[in-house]
Amino acid sequence: MLEYFLSFLILTGALLTFIGSLGLVRLKDLYTRLHGPTKATTLGVGSLLIASSIYFSTYTENISLHEVLITLFLFITAPVSAHLLAKAALHSSLYSIVKIPESDAADDSNTADVKPVEPEATPDRPSRPDY
Amino acid sequence: MLTVTIQIAFALVTAAVIMSFYRLLRGPDMPDRILALDTLYINTIALLVLLGIYLGSALFFEAALLIALMGFIGTVALCKYLLRGDVIE
Repeated sequence: MLEYFLSFLILTGALLTFIGSLGLVRLKDLYTRLHGPTKATTLGVGSLLIASSIYFSTYTENISLHEVLITLFLFITAPVSAHLLAKAALHSSLYSIVKIPESDAADDSNTADVKPVEPEATPDRPSRPDY
Repeated sequence: MLTVTIQIAFALVTAAVIMSFYRLLRGPDMPDRILALDTLYINTIALLVLLGIYLGSALFFEAALLIALMGFIGTVALCKYLLRGDVIE
């Protein structure tokens, strides 16, 4: 019974990791691409780590808590790195498939010494076929 | 049962590693490449954990913890570099 549960957890984790990287490849711009790794992959690795924790706690004598530590660390740091990446993308005004509101783009330009790159996407957004 | 599952999971996570490596090579801008590196280290943690279950050895968790710490620090440093033009001011 426990083996089936562990297999379910491992399979779910691997599938979620796969889906996260698939989103990284298939989606169209950085702002949508951020969703895959930061949500799906984090949940998938968390599921794998919980499965590993249960496995080592039942098949050996001592309770294994390293995995819980790694899971907590990943769940804390994934939103932080996603936030920083989105800030960096807004700062260098990357191509976006929807129009970015002016206030959000202006919020980030309080660093006076670094000049943001001039956006090449004007209201009639030119398509960049390289994506 | 568990062995077959772990082998399927190995195949899936390896495909995920290959796809994020594709984004790392292809990614048109710098934040794409940083995001691909971020995904790559998380996938490496998944591979290490799977290998730990497969071999039945608890040796790999310290390595996974170190990779998580160093990967997060690397992502933050690269984002800071893109944002401010400098890592430590």
